Amino acid sequence: MPAKNYASTRYSELAEINEGNVKNLQVAFTFSTGVNKGQEAAPLVVGTTMYIVTPFPNIVYALDLSKPGAPMKWKYEPNPEPAAQGVACCDVVNRGAAFADGRLFFNTLDGHTIALDANSGQPIWNAHIGNINIGETITMAPLVVKGKVLVGNSGGEMGVRGWVKALDAGDGHVVWTAYNTGPDKDVLIGPDFKPHYDMDKGKDLGVTTWPPEAWKIGGGNMWGWISYDPDLNLIFHGTGNPGPWNPDLRPGDNKWTSGIFARDPDTGAAKWFYQWSPHDLHDYDGINEQVLLDLNWQGKPRKVLVRPERNGYLYLLDRTTGEVLSAKPYGPVNSSKGVDLKTGRLIENPDKLTGTGKVVRDICPTASGLKDWQPSAFSPKTGLLYIPHNNLCMDEEGVEVNYIAGTPYVGMNVRMIPGPGGNRGAFTAWDIAGEKPAWSLKENFPVWSGAVATAGDVVFYGTMEGWFKAVSAKTGELLWQFKTSSGIIGQPITYRGPDGHQYVAVLSGVGGWAGAIVSGDLDPRDATAALGFVNAMKDLKNATTAGGTLYVFRLP
Amino acid sequence: MKPAVAMLLLAGLALAACQREERDTRPQSALGSGEQPTPVTALEPGGQRPSPTDNKAASFEANAFHLSEGKRLFGWFNCSGCHANGGGGMGPALMDEKWIYGSSMESIHATIRDGRPNGMPSFRDKIPDDQIWELAAFVRSLSGNAPSSAAPSRNDDMMAHPSENRMPDAATLGKSP
Ligand code: HEC
Repeated sequence: MPAKNYASTRYSELAEINEGNVKNLQVAFTFSTGVNKGQEAAPLVVGTTMYIVTPFPNIVYALDLSKPGAPMKWKYEPNPEPAAQGVACCDVVNRGAAFADGRLFFNTLDGHTIALDANSGQPIWNAHIGNINIGETITMAPLVVKGKVLVGNSGGEMGVRGWVKALDAGDGHVVWTAYNTGPDKDVLIGPDFKPHYDMDKGKDLGVTTWPPEAWKIGGGNMWGWISYDPDLNLIFHGTGNPGPWNPDLRPGDNKWTSGIFARDPDTGAAKWFYQWSPHDLHDYDGINEQVLLDLNWQGKPRKVLVRPERNGYLYLLDRTTGEVLSAKPYGPVNSSKGVDLKTGRLIENPDKLTGTGKVVRDICPTASGLKDWQPSAFSPKTGLLYIPHNNLCMDEEGVEVNYIAGTPYVGMNVRMIPGPGGNRGAFTAWDIAGEKPAWSLKENFPVWSGAVATAGDVVFYGTMEGWFKAVSAKTGELLWQFKTSSGIIGQPITYRGPDGHQYVAVLSGVGGWAGAIVSGDLDPRDATAALGFVNAMKDLKNATTAGGTLYVFRLP
Repeated sequence: MKPAVAMLLLAGLALAACQREERDTRPQSALGSGEQPTPVTALEPGGQRPSPTDNKAASFEANAFHLSEGKRLFGWFNCSGCHANGGGGMGPALMDEKWIYGSSMESIHATIRDGRPNGMPSFRDKIPDDQIWELAAFVRSLSGNAPSSAAPSRNDDMMAHPSENRMPDAATLGKSP
């Protein structure tokens, strides 16, 4: 799985590459994916094979690591519907594949989940679960838990109703479907559901916290990360923003959008829920990674869930109950004034309320959040969470919008600008116990790549200019960097090769929402292009060009 | 200036203004159903490709009323959701000089009516034909292909870019933005 383990720590025990020798890293081999769109996937290494999924058209490559130069073992082309490209909100990305029991599972942009024989690349089953004609796509990496392939849909900008499905790993049939809006029976809320806060208690809140029928086109999509705790037998997944973005068109708390569910993986039954951003005003999807840790919190051992959330807070939740233990901003936030730990509710800032016909300026963070999908890494050696993130603010104006199935349902003019300090990105090491940053590195562009931490006390991440960087896990000191052919927005990994040595791999290829200006050749003269992101990225075309190349490094 | 000349000038201006605003009082309500062939390529083996001419095109282009209607419809039918205010997003930029399927009124009309394979939906059954022409005229104004006397001026909303009547012709701008 892309997140390394079910707890999603992205921490590797490998220590051959360390603070002292990382400066000697050199390229072991490269591989062109043949697709010049945003490469958000994590390469997956199982045994002596590396698997890569490209952005649309979602080609899967298997590379044989046991031979010099890692030649191609097989490739699989699913040939997704080209029209799917028009309904993918933020470039045509894919976040990777998952492996279990000799099979490789991945999703295609046009709404298929496919199981391949990992050895031969032959398809075993193909489940068509998303419909592009209502704007549904799939971009996430699946997670396999107890013989079930967990998948969710994208489409929060198209009025698509969010869901999570569990497909049988054996034959692909749908075992359960949990919607993230609508009546309790659709959301799989039953007698076991025990949310911690009063705001999440009541019957059919997925209907009653919306204007009539609005929940049917209300978003709440699940396109991010899922974690799993085998002891509690719970999966944890977030829910995306409510649609449309213009909040005037959906008075109410808009359950169960912009929140997080704990569910039983066998049945999908909800155990608890917590809402990061009730009645979301700024497109704060709640789908980021959840890092599961067992630690001492204020003297007591707690099973916690750490979530650097899009709304700008670093949440610590008790993962058995959904209680918020801590919520501190990890960067500039003015869209809210904190989190009330008694009620669990985000405290709105009355100066930053958006609505129809009103331009509200300088809202931080932006719609893309203080951090978007790009996953952080946790090192148990340092106790620090390494967070790749953005530093952007925005102006927003709500406008009327018509729902036309399969077309965008946003209703908001947005234009983004660099945040305080002018650096548009940052890489922050967060001291979880101390509830404060240990150090933070400024980056010119948003840090849209994932991070990986290692026992060698080296942390890796990439920048949108194309630098692949190794920094000290303790101090953040830059130890090594390599300029790749295009901007990096992928998830770096590290693995032990068949020769017993440690390797580091990353896909280079700019794109995603932040890099759409390059991968989609957008026009920087329109401040609202790419839902307003282009305004903050006007100069990216001068810094990098589109690409799609795998880089693998090792010590000499 | 002699009064006669001034009168003439005024009359000329008034006439020009008439054309600027000319419109049918009873627009056709038929859905997007025009069937004129519109080639999407410049290649025609061995010969000259006939340039498509639809007399509809001329009557919608350079007409302030139709352009402003096109601008309204661009938001109304969620074109702006995919193309933003011309800079692009899920769909390509429409304000630059690059055209995949052609920049003529006829080509753009066909694009909107029939859709295009890589994700442009077909609006054939959603938008009346005359309104597709209005949209096509407005799309051209985004790249400066409409007389500034007729193209929309100030926005009521957040200004995303200079108003259409101040847009330079993207093709002759020299360099890509
Ligand atoms: C769901 C997203 C979506 C919507 C809604 C949409 N478009 Fe598009 N549009 C696209 C995509 C994607 C393409 C590129 C298609 C291709 O390359 O095959 C495109 C292409 C075009 C082109 C051709 C550009 C060229 O370079 O040749 C024009 C013109 C256009 N759209 C205008 C419109 C208008 C006008 C509307 C509203 C009626 C609209 N679009 C609505 C996604 C959309």
